[in-house]
Amino acid sequence: MYINGIAGISAQDENSIFSGAPLKYHKNIIPAVYPDFKEFIPAMALRRMSKAVKMGLTASKMALKDAGISHPDAIITGTGQGCKQDTEKFLESILDNQEGLLAPTSFIQSTHNTVGGQIALNLKSYVYNVTYTQNSGSFESALIDAQVRFMENPNTQPVLVGGVDEISSVITSFLYLDQQLKREQISNLELLKSKTPGTITSEGAHFFVISAKPYTNTYAELIDVTLFGAESPEVVVTRLNEFLIKNNTSEEDIDLVILGNNGDSRYDHFYNQLQKGIFSNITQLAYKHLSGDYNTVSGFAMWLGCKIFKTGKIPQSLKINTTEGSKPEKILLYNHYLGENHSFILLGTP
Amino acid sequence: MTKGVAITGMGIISAIGNNVGENFKSLSSLSHGISYPEILDTVHKKLPVGEIKFSNKDLAEKLGLKSGHSFTRAALFGAIAATEAISEAGISENQLKDTGFISGSSVGGMDMTEKYYKEFKGSEENRRFIQAQHPGFTTTQIADHIGFKGFVTTPSTACSSSANAIMLGARLIKAGKLKRVVVGGTDCLTKFTLNGFNSLMILSSERCKPFDENRNGLNLGEGAAYLVLEDEEILKGKKVLGRITGYGNSNDAYHQTASSETGEGAYLAMNEALKSADISSEEIDYINAHGTATKNNDLSESRALQRIFGKIVPEFSSTKSYTGHSLAAAGSMEAVFSILSLQHNQIFPNLNFQTPIKETGLYPVQEGTRKILKNILSNSFGFGGNCTSLIFSTNGE
Repeated sequence: MYINGIAGISAQDENSIFSGAPLKYHKNIIPAVYPDFKEFIPAMALRRMSKAVKMGLTASKMALKDAGISHPDAIITGTGQGCKQDTEKFLESILDNQEGLLAPTSFIQSTHNTVGGQIALNLKSYVYNVTYTQNSGSFESALIDAQVRFMENPNTQPVLVGGVDEISSVITSFLYLDQQLKREQISNLELLKSKTPGTITSEGAHFFVISAKPYTNTYAELIDVTLFGAESPEVVVTRLNEFLIKNNTSEEDIDLVILGNNGDSRYDHFYNQLQKGIFSNITQLAYKHLSGDYNTVSGFAMWLGCKIFKTGKIPQSLKINTTEGSKPEKILLYNHYLGENHSFILLGTP
Repeated sequence: MTKGVAITGMGIISAIGNNVGENFKSLSSLSHGISYPEILDTVHKKLPVGEIKFSNKDLAEKLGLKSGHSFTRAALFGAIAATEAISEAGISENQLKDTGFISGSSVGGMDMTEKYYKEFKGSEENRRFIQAQHPGFTTTQIADHIGFKGFVTTPSTACSSSANAIMLGARLIKAGKLKRVVVGGTDCLTKFTLNGFNSLMILSSERCKPFDENRNGLNLGEGAAYLVLEDEEILKGKKVLGRITGYGNSNDAYHQTASSETGEGAYLAMNEALKSADISSEEIDYINAHGTATKNNDLSESRALQRIFGKIVPEFSSTKSYTGHSLAAAGSMEAVFSILSLQHNQIFPNLNFQTPIKETGLYPVQEGTRKILKNILSNSFGFGGNCTSLIFSTNGE
């Protein structure tokens, strides 16, 4: 599979990442830097849309444009927490009105497949359309579905795959209460030095146009993706070895790893153990101090991998070790959240 | 015709029974499970629902869970139905280690969110349910309870979620990515969905009347159902209950909640399912329809059926007149019913039907019917235009 069109909306803009001056925040819930949605969505429709729909639809249209296609052969979306803003709105109106008369709009837009449905509506596209919601494995689930589509039929035309998650005022703030977020407010750029439980969160949408064959403007080969459970770093290493063998790759072939360290003192040992062990001679990057952590953040990591291949530049602000490698030809992504839904994504130069 | 993917076990809990046997008995005796809400905490006491009459405490006891557990109601249903499915398929503990689990859900643990939403801030007691809101949590709970260690994921396409779970499982086996996978879905009644559908004015105040001219809305239901799918290579003479021979997925691309007048998405999904099964429409012996009993769905689906099958539409019925519409779980529940139909050569009739829809004049099956059944089409359509059709076939000796 090859990645031919990419688009990302996140707490950073592309320029700030690659110019060496990433955007700084001093709060644990960080909204994305929004593009001008009006360029992509009619103003009338925009008014009714939640952030997830605006970001998802915009990123998907940007990715299609980037790949130079107008109609994908499938629309596969991952979202860990779906349309929280509309869910919150409708739930609060139920609870505050004791189930009295309610307006249906926010209910209609609360289902997890709202973004996927809106993409289909906007493109007037009848093609295969599925949404996955498996916490931090939602985007990976969507990639795996796409992979199976190409296995079933190598003539499958390019498909659109993406991940999207939004923040909402109350439901996202609950993450402070069960220690998913750090109790103390920190600066995002200090995240990886943190020694306390919890992380920082944000939102975003990352969409990709994936095809069976490379194009002239291809960013990367998407060699393989896997999603698994692991109760210890040792299991992760075992799964990694299986994954590399399956793809005829050894750890020496990996030039760059992009890791999901999120500054959570309870769970970063999964990454740390690999950093000190199997990845010790490989250039290591981390990114959640730029993007925040949320369920489909591996879309951001894959977007980064694509950009690194394309530009040949590795942003200094992402480096977490001093190993200098050659120009990367294979990049491995590893992510998990709270020790669950671990994933590897293996990218290669086209 | 394609050989299809083998189904070696199934399990279900619904408003008409706590296992496959009880569901079969209710369907065969035309006994519906529609009642007024007793377990669900709601002011809408006069909206009929397909409610499972066990409290969460009862269900947790059935599963032997310790107090202080963080199971959502959907996870309780899911664990019960998945346990039955793997037991029938004779899956050993060791085999669970590489068994995948794909469980569709639309509301996940919304039951817990709506219960504790206002309490989370002030009290620490129930904060373990904060993560439970998101459907992946419910899937992971069931997977951990049973011991599934393979690929685990959650399709969420509203009312077609579990149909898409079945489709993905079959595709993963065919593509050689998995040898064994348990597929289906679970959803429970919540204030969120009851009030949501009520705000759309598509809930009936009486027992729903699928495909009737005077239908006036759906009854919500709840429950879970799963199938065990296994690759040929590992079957080794195991009993095959039926096969998934076809599947199709298409988007109606018409409206966020309403179906198009011509049933475009439904038509395309059924058409693709027939194509993938490599059979003609004449080979479909019975259709377990989506048939929610809303004005919009039943007309749109009827038109799509006429577009596919022409003048002679095969026998069809909606079993939602027994169970209510259990949202994400509907597709897998109706998959279990379809396989029961194949096993017993029996069509479970559509209840509460009197007058055909004016525009289409179609009559669903109204009496228990015995007939040799080889191929059954099952439809599931959802919000967001997500339409999925599945074809279940006999093992074909």
